[in-house]
Amino acid sequence: MLLARILEEKLASLYRAGAIHGGVFLGRGQEALSVSVGSNLRKGDIFAPLIRDQAGRMAFGDTVLDTLRTYLGSQLGSMRGRDGNIHRGRPREGYYAMISHLGAMIPAVCGALMARRMRGETGVVGATCLGDGGTSTGAFHEGLNVAAVEKLPLVLVIANNQYAYSTPSNRQFACADLIDKAAGYGVASHRVDGTDLSACLAVLGVAVRAAREGGGPQMIVGDLLRLVGHGEHDDASYIDPRLKASPLGRDCVKVAESFSIEKGWATAEEIAAWRAEAKKEVDATAAKVRREVSPDPGDEEWSAISDTRLADNFLEA
Amino acid sequence: MITYLEAIRAALDKALADDPRVFLYGQDIGSFGGAFKVTKNLAAKFPGRVLDAPLSEDAIVGVAIGAAIEGMRPVVEMQFADFSTCGFNQIVNHAATLFYRTEVPCPIVVRLPSGGTSGSGPFHSQSMEALYAHYPGLIVMTPGTVEDAYSMLLEAIALDDPVIFCEHKFLYNHLKAEKLPGQNLPVGKARLARHGRDATIVTYSAMVHESLAAAEELTGDGYEIEIVDLRTVKPLDTDTVLASVARTGRLLCVSEAFPWGGVSAEVVARVAAEGFGLLDAPPQRLNAKDTPVPYHPDLWTAHRPTASAIASATRRLLEM
Repeated sequence: MLLARILEEKLASLYRAGAIHGGVFLGRGQEALSVSVGSNLRKGDIFAPLIRDQAGRMAFGDTVLDTLRTYLGSQLGSMRGRDGNIHRGRPREGYYAMISHLGAMIPAVCGALMARRMRGETGVVGATCLGDGGTSTGAFHEGLNVAAVEKLPLVLVIANNQYAYSTPSNRQFACADLIDKAAGYGVASHRVDGTDLSACLAVLGVAVRAAREGGGPQMIVGDLLRLVGHGEHDDASYIDPRLKASPLGRDCVKVAESFSIEKGWATAEEIAAWRAEAKKEVDATAAKVRREVSPDPGDEEWSAISDTRLADNFLEA
Repeated sequence: MITYLEAIRAALDKALADDPRVFLYGQDIGSFGGAFKVTKNLAAKFPGRVLDAPLSEDAIVGVAIGAAIEGMRPVVEMQFADFSTCGFNQIVNHAATLFYRTEVPCPIVVRLPSGGTSGSGPFHSQSMEALYAHYPGLIVMTPGTVEDAYSMLLEAIALDDPVIFCEHKFLYNHLKAEKLPGQNLPVGKARLARHGRDATIVTYSAMVHESLAAAEELTGDGYEIEIVDLRTVKPLDTDTVLASVARTGRLLCVSEAFPWGGVSAEVVARVAAEGFGLLDAPPQRLNAKDTPVPYHPDLWTAHRPTASAIASATRRLLEM
C-alpha cells in the first residue's frame, strides 16, 4: 500500500517531467480498498484490476519494475509498448489486462471461473474492480447477472469514489445506495469504509472466503473519495470541498499509519524508514528502466493474429 | 444427403467429442437446441458442455474470452448475426486485441447466423462480415457450401485466433451435399467455384449460388464466367482473385452486405491497386441496397443481389 503510493507519486513526477507518453491514472485514496482485494487472493486465483488498483495489483504479484516498464514504454515490459499504463497484465498468471470499456472484465472473469469449474478446479476465486460510474454500464448488468445465474465465486469490488471522471453520484445512479444493485441480481453484498484499511481487509476477507466456499458472487462497495484527478491531466476542481472535509476524504494511508502507531505495531520512525526504503527502490528502478530499449517499429511483426499462416496479404502503404 | 445446417451440427458434435476444451454457450442452445436447431441433441450428448446463456450478448462473448484465456475452446452462438452488435465491444475491443496486447491467444468462435431470408426484416437479416473484417485480430469466415460449413467450422475451433463464423441462414436447409468432406482447402484459400474466361465474379456465402445461377444463365449468350468463392473474407486471398482476373480481364464483386465499404470494396481496391494492368474494363461491384433490409418479400428480393441482377450486372460488365 505504501509502496504503491510512493510508486504512484513517482509516476506523477515522471508525467510532469514529460517522461511518460499517454495518461497516468492514480489510485490515491483508494489504496486501502484495493490492497485488501489483492492481499485476500492467492496464487491460482484470478484478478482483473481497474485503473486505480496499483496497490491491489502489487499485492497480487505485480512489480515496481513491470509497472515502470509499462508506463515508460520499455520493450522489456509485459506489454512491450503495445499497450501502456494501467492496461497491463499477465493473463497466464491469472492477472488479467483490463480493456478501457468499463464493466467488460466482469464477464471475462465469469468465463474464466466457468472454465476452471469445467476442469474440476475448486476453491478458485475471481476478483475484479470497478468504480461507481462503471455500475451504470450494460456490461456490469450482464456480467453480474451471469455470475449469479452460474453461482460463480466472483468478487466484485466497487470503489464508490463519488465521481465518475467529473460526474457526481447524483447524475450517475438513483438508487438509495449502490449496494442495492446487488440484491437485484441475487448477489450477496457488503459495504465498507474504504478509507479504513483494517475494515477493508476484514470485509474483503469475509467476501473472498464466502466466494471460495461456494457462497456465490459477492459485491463489495467501498465508500471513499478519489484524492486525485481522473488522470494526472485533471485538476479535479469539480470535487466538492465538503466531501474533502468529510470522513470520506480521509487519506487511507495516513489513517493506516496512525492506526499502526496507535496499536504499537510500528513507530513513526519505522514508517519513515519504510517510506525511504520504498522511495529508494522506486527511484533506482525508474532510473534503470529509463535506460531500457524502446520497441523498434522495424522489428515489430505488425500482426494481430497468432497464426502466422493467416496474416492477410495487405498492400504495403 | 446432409444439409448445411446438419454439417454445422456435425462439426460441433465432432469438436465436442474430440476436444474436451470445447464447449458451446448461447441463447436457447441447450435442451431446446437453438433457434434454428443447430445444436439439437448436443446438450444431451455432452452434459455440462452445451450451456444456455442469459439474453446478454456482451456477457456471452466476455465469458468466452475469459474461458479461452484459461485454455478452453468456447464456441458461442449469437441467435442472429444482427444481435452480435450487442456483443460488439467484447469482440472487437477485447477478443481482437488480446493476443496483440498480451501474447495470450484468444481461441473463441462466434457463430453468426447471417444474411437474409424472406420475411425476416431489418433485424434478422444482416450480413456483418465487413464490420468484423475491419478489425485487426479477427478471422472472418463465410462458408458458402455444405463441405465448407463443416470443415471450416472445425478449423475455426482449432485455430488459436478469434474467428467470426458467418453461416448463412438461407443455406441452412436449402443446401445439401452427398457427404461430409475428409480434406478441404486450407483456411484463407479461395476456391474456384466455376471456371470461365470472359469475366470473374468474386463472391462468398449465399451469393456463390446466385452467381452460379447467373453464370449458367449467361452460357445461353455464349459467355463463360469464372466464379471465385472467397470462403474466408479475412484473410482475403488476393492471389487467387488476381490470378482469375488475369485470365478474364473483367471483375464483378458480389456481396449481400450493405454497399458502403465492405468486402466487395476491399476486393476492388486490391485488384485496382495490384492488378490494374490486368483489367480490360472498370471493376464493378454489386451489393445490397443502402437501406435496412426490408421485410416484404418483394422488397427483399429487390434489395439483395439475385441471380438475375447478377446476370444483368455481368452483361453490363461484358459490354464495357
